[in-house]
Amino acid sequence: MLNNQGRPTSAGEATGSAHPTFTGNRALMVEEALLFEIGRADTTGVDVVKAKPVKSRLGGQERKKPIGLVGLSEPEAVRHFVRLSQKNYGIDTGLFPLGSCTMKHNPRLNEKMARLPGFGDIHPLQPQSTVQGALELIEELARYLMVLTGTEAVAMSPKAGAHGELAGMMAIKAAIEAKGEGATRRVVLVPESAHGTNPATAALIGFEVKPVPARADGTVHVRDVKKLLGPDVAAIMLTNPNTCGIFEPQVVEIARAMKKAGAYFYCDGANFNAIVGKAKPGDLGIDAMHINLHKTFSTPHGGGGPGAGPVVLSKRLAAFAPVPFIRRKGKKLELVEHAADAGAKQKPFGRVTAFHGQMGMYVRALSYMLSHGADGMKQASEDAVLNANYIRAGLQDLMSLPFPKHPSMHEALFDDAWLKDTGVTTLDFAKAMIDEGYHPMTMYFPLVVHGAMLIEPTESESRASLDLFIMALRDLAMRAKRGETERFSGAPYHAPRRRLDETRAARNPILRWVPPQPIQQAAE
Amino acid sequence: MRYLPLSAEDRGAMLAKIGVKSVDDLFSDIPADKLLKEPVALSHHASELSVERTLGAMAAKNIPASSVPFFVGAGAYKHHVPASVDHLIQRSEFLTSYTPYQPEIAQGTLQYLFEFQTQVALLTGMEVANASMYDGSTGTGEAVLMAHRVTKRRKAVLSGGLHPQYADVVRTLSEMAGDTVVSAKPDVTATEDLAKLIDAETSCIVVQSPDVFGNIRDLRPLAAAAQAKGALLIAVFTEAMSLGLIESPGAQGADIVVGEGQSIGNGLNFGGPYVGLFAAKQKYVRQMPGRLCGETVDAEGKRGFVLTLSTREQHIRRDKATSNICTNSGLCCLAFTIHMTLLGEKGLRATAELNHANAVELAEMLEAVKGVKVLTSAFFNEFTLKLPGNAAEIIEKMAKKGVLAGVPVSRLLPGAGLDDLLIVANTEINTDQDRAAFVAALKGAL
Repeated sequence: MLNNQGRPTSAGEATGSAHPTFTGNRALMVEEALLFEIGRADTTGVDVVKAKPVKSRLGGQERKKPIGLVGLSEPEAVRHFVRLSQKNYGIDTGLFPLGSCTMKHNPRLNEKMARLPGFGDIHPLQPQSTVQGALELIEELARYLMVLTGTEAVAMSPKAGAHGELAGMMAIKAAIEAKGEGATRRVVLVPESAHGTNPATAALIGFEVKPVPARADGTVHVRDVKKLLGPDVAAIMLTNPNTCGIFEPQVVEIARAMKKAGAYFYCDGANFNAIVGKAKPGDLGIDAMHINLHKTFSTPHGGGGPGAGPVVLSKRLAAFAPVPFIRRKGKKLELVEHAADAGAKQKPFGRVTAFHGQMGMYVRALSYMLSHGADGMKQASEDAVLNANYIRAGLQDLMSLPFPKHPSMHEALFDDAWLKDTGVTTLDFAKAMIDEGYHPMTMYFPLVVHGAMLIEPTESESRASLDLFIMALRDLAMRAKRGETERFSGAPYHAPRRRLDETRAARNPILRWVPPQPIQQAAE
Repeated sequence: MRYLPLSAEDRGAMLAKIGVKSVDDLFSDIPADKLLKEPVALSHHASELSVERTLGAMAAKNIPASSVPFFVGAGAYKHHVPASVDHLIQRSEFLTSYTPYQPEIAQGTLQYLFEFQTQVALLTGMEVANASMYDGSTGTGEAVLMAHRVTKRRKAVLSGGLHPQYADVVRTLSEMAGDTVVSAKPDVTATEDLAKLIDAETSCIVVQSPDVFGNIRDLRPLAAAAQAKGALLIAVFTEAMSLGLIESPGAQGADIVVGEGQSIGNGLNFGGPYVGLFAAKQKYVRQMPGRLCGETVDAEGKRGFVLTLSTREQHIRRDKATSNICTNSGLCCLAFTIHMTLLGEKGLRATAELNHANAVELAEMLEAVKGVKVLTSAFFNEFTLKLPGNAAEIIEKMAKKGVLAGVPVSRLLPGAGLDDLLIVANTEINTDQDRAAFVAALKGAL
């Protein structure tokens, strides 16, 4: 069956279905049309009071033509979105071992707290006297973050990890300019194993990116850094624990070398979950580090956001934190929203977002931190690391470890050497995991490892869950080695969709629904 | 510790399997003198009940919008969101899923993103929209960078009606990137001549409508002026609801449209998380920042959706990417999409009409107050008042009377000599009683 845009929609003709159904549905898996194929222009799911007749003051700027939107009644809308939800895999569905993403349990208490009217229903610009409790919450979260990281300051407002990274690098740039070195210090060192956001962030604000080679053991060596250091270097951006899942053993020496060279140490905090309560990045000598509240502190990933990326700052950078920030004034808390009000000591580099940041995420993160406490957060990190190493121990005889010398931190990294000559790729293997009921691990990242498979189970998994996961992966690994390629090359077989044609999507981008052509025209 | 499934026995058995004696053996790469021996100096773990008490006490110190007559806007708006929206976005499969990089098990997210992109494109009158930005302000900063890429010029001109905090975000990003920004003076009554600031180096002009003071601006002459000089028109909005009633920026010739989508589906949340809407002409799509969802087919020919054109993005292009962005505002997009689906064209228009009618009614009531002047002639649901006194002091007095009256311009533009101006928003939530309370409290405070 083709839809009225000439696209196949029906499952009925599916070649792979053993028992085709009339509707294309498979019991609980219900096919769902696009909103624009089922909605109607004259339908609404809300009852709105009719406006009183007034003399319009729109200045003659009224819309002349219909927008083209469609509506659904409430029952139809609820069913539409519930059916869509059933095509998604979430943490609540099962183990979600996405390396570097920290897909841990999202406590529902956090959701409840964020929806308290005193947090969820306050306006960012209502009088500060009416939001003292909100400012208190932000202050308290800031204190928790500073204690856990051993730092002097934190810029709370960045909206996501990459945004925090941007704010941190802006603080570094401002500090360099304040020393009159803006014209000379233009190079940022980024290890080859770094997240893509690191070089993208540095380049965005005009730095030149220079790669730091990774050693054969997956770590960055201080000697390699020192070779690159000079009066032109502004900073290094280093992830620690790094993207190979290893704690950089020479991080303290690297930090010292940067400071000695008059440069700064930006730490990508994506992997902070491995060391919360175990080590303080400030003690290691970092100058700035963003914290993904949606990774380490359990705020939901929400299908790709919203996140939150507060960035902690060392004493050397504290003065350059952007507005807004909170200051105590007698018994009251005060939001400083303008550089001119910042006081003599502060030299804010500017503003990175309207308003004050991701309050909804702050509430959730603090709710998580209060729940766990200092003892629980330390235990959580230990469990996260324990779980990753348990998986590694359970798979290392079948799958290959690129860096066996170092213990893994909260994620275990495998390469694809063990798949050599099997005809199965990392991608195929990951897609076969979907059929086993798992979300794939992070694949082909970090780039320094061939066919990388980065597995991060987090502390949220029970031993039984890990055991089943290990057994399932062992079974798949043995099948791959036995040459059962079909199980892999065609996978997934049991998901709501088979493998999707991404090349086609990119070659001829269809980025929105368009109204169908009149039938006559389409037939011509 | 209710979030941790492992027992002490589990931990012991697992350490044995790994072949180490204690968990600290796994942390052996951390220099011994940096490894913390004791938990950090923060509170001990706490029960749900205890956390609810602690956070509940903080929440109780704030005055929620729904508890008082509420007229605060200037970039974030209190609207009624149907109960089903919040129910649906809390479905586990939406709430706890990741960026849909594995499309076979993320069709739910991908399909709603496709629907979202379509709704945003229609609403803004543009050909394509992305899968959202962090918020309107960061989206505006990214729009300026995009215009620089398209025009290969590096100077932006900002209207004096652009939200001052949006302008600050653009200026910060541009200064850091080494680009030039020309900012027009605050333009309370929409009388500026922006066209004369456009020259051969100008990549874009950034104009907000309705602007921060509430003025609906005619974008057509600005689009023509920009085009004549080879510059782009970036149209900004902070009140998405307004697009239900006023002409779309696309129909007026905008090249890029960016705005805040919070009004649809999302609560006030003290400023975030919100959802940035971002749309453009088709010909610029490969210069757009952020994620894009596109239609394709699976191995059996069934329609499906994937993230696409990712060769623009940081995880592929690294330092050559169009943006460093790695996140969108997924769940807030979903809230937007669901609310917009419930509204439909009919409900959106009716709600927008109610907003406008309520605002007109309040304006008429205030025009009858001695010494008070409504400065905004063409507006949607928000306008600027000139008061016979300091607006910040007056709203504090009104707050004590239980009315949250608006945003003093001095809060956004201190030192601009506009201390007697107040920005007042009036949405569908405001009743006749609310408006009467506003007028009474204002009279009492003057």
